Amino acid sequence: MNSSLRAFAARVTGQAITTFARFITAPRAVWQGIEPVRHQRVYFANHSSNGDFVLLWTALPVPLRRQTRPVAALDYWLTSPLRAFIGREVFNAVLIDRRPEARTEDPVTLMAAALDEGSSLILFPEGQRNSSDSTLLPFKSGLYHLAKSRPGIDLVPVWIANLNRVMPKGEIIPVPLICTLTFGAPLHLAEGETKDAFLTRATQALLALKPGQL
Amino acid sequence: MTSPHLLWLLAGVGTILVVASIIGEILRARLSPAGENPVIENLIARTNAWWVMVICLALAFIAGKPGVVLLFALCSFAALREFLTLTTHNRADHWSLVACFFLILPLQYWFLATDWYGMYSIFIPVYAFLLLPVLSALRGSTKDFLIRVSETQWALMICVYCASHVPALLYLRIPGFEGRNVILIAYLIFVVQLSDVMQYVWGKLVGRTKVAPNLSPSKTWEGLIGGALTASGVGTALWWMTPFSPLQAAGMCLLITLMGFFGGLVMSAIKRDRGIKDWGHLIAGHGGFLDRLDSVIFAAPIFFHITRWLWSTT
Repeated sequence: MNSSLRAFAARVTGQAITTFARFITAPRAVWQGIEPVRHQRVYFANHSSNGDFVLLWTALPVPLRRQTRPVAALDYWLTSPLRAFIGREVFNAVLIDRRPEARTEDPVTLMAAALDEGSSLILFPEGQRNSSDSTLLPFKSGLYHLAKSRPGIDLVPVWIANLNRVMPKGEIIPVPLICTLTFGAPLHLAEGETKDAFLTRATQALLALKPGQL
Repeated sequence: MTSPHLLWLLAGVGTILVVASIIGEILRARLSPAGENPVIENLIARTNAWWVMVICLALAFIAGKPGVVLLFALCSFAALREFLTLTTHNRADHWSLVACFFLILPLQYWFLATDWYGMYSIFIPVYAFLLLPVLSALRGSTKDFLIRVSETQWALMICVYCASHVPALLYLRIPGFEGRNVILIAYLIFVVQLSDVMQYVWGKLVGRTKVAPNLSPSKTWEGLIGGALTASGVGTALWWMTPFSPLQAAGMCLLITLMGFFGGLVMSAIKRDRGIKDWGHLIAGHGGFLDRLDSVIFAAPIFFHITRWLWSTT
């Protein structure tokens, strides 16, 4: 397939995926702490479903969406040609390897490089889907290292509500239910703030956005 | 499926909307040039949404029976999505919820489109009612079981069963009224929605005594009486486009405006219990599909059955 045809297929696929996401979840974005303007950001969200980054991407206005790349697991997205096409070309994901022993490049370096190119990022600091009973899994340190290496970037917490009810783990067909995405105020690493203190603060900021009742 | 009467009704609604839009723009220019007055901005948003709703309905009327059935199937889908977002369910209900959206809803509208009255009038109250809880029971979770299955059934009854009685009006056979059934839909929606709007207007102007203070601060006796009487008066004046005599039209209008009011009241009680103001966010200025359809949903089955009982040969 030549490259312009692939690019066209990627656009059409991206449009189909966002249309489907809208049909199922009618996503509602609540811009509580920031405005939906073109400003470079790292959106970090809770992760309870495979559809999380698709929904966050869909909820962003088109100009923001174009400059936003999800950070995704290479060990998941490169396992089949279709997944590789969707991950690389439709979403232009920053693919990082979750297996320290197998990887050739450091995840934080890859994310920082994407930021240096002007992209915004979607990041799930829990590192894996949360199917436990706790509201959030402990954050991995990636968010802290990113905040430290690129201190000027806004780190925006985003709570994605209800998507785990749309498609619980192990189910194939989604149930149409309205999902709400709440965007909070941006965070930055404070002067002399330790890794644990920062990750605790980031966790609290994300939890604070969880709606009490939908 | 267009008839001169329908065009006149649409032209009348179009005129009302033109006037509302002009008033909105004048108020904005005088009092809210930078969009600072929320009441005026809401009025304009509501009017704009009305334009979209009336145009969608007109297009569906032009497309004929399939168009109207499809439009209400989509409304049911959006309404059900809003309703089930707020009900109690857990992972054991996944398949019964999937069945609500992708099996029961399409089947109900398919039975309707094939004019199978004996089926679409009992499908959800009998078959879905008995079989849907089985899907949840088979998954083994007993926690809140009765609450879960009841709320799901209620969602189906309101959003699919009752709502489907609007397009069902197309399938009545009224001697001397052949080919004009679409008027019944336009008439029902017009009278009920006009009553909603006039209840709001009368309530804002002279509303003092609240009907149910715990449920809704905006529903007043003055608004109810003023709105229902105004809409019924207009509906009665339009008797010549319906199968009803003036007196019958007046009775029908009072009945459906009252049912519409009850619909708003009951749906407000649910919203209040769940701690929300609106069912959704997709219709700017109004809220969700259910916020706009609640009154029509309550009025439609009664209007359908009384018309069928007294005027239809089927």
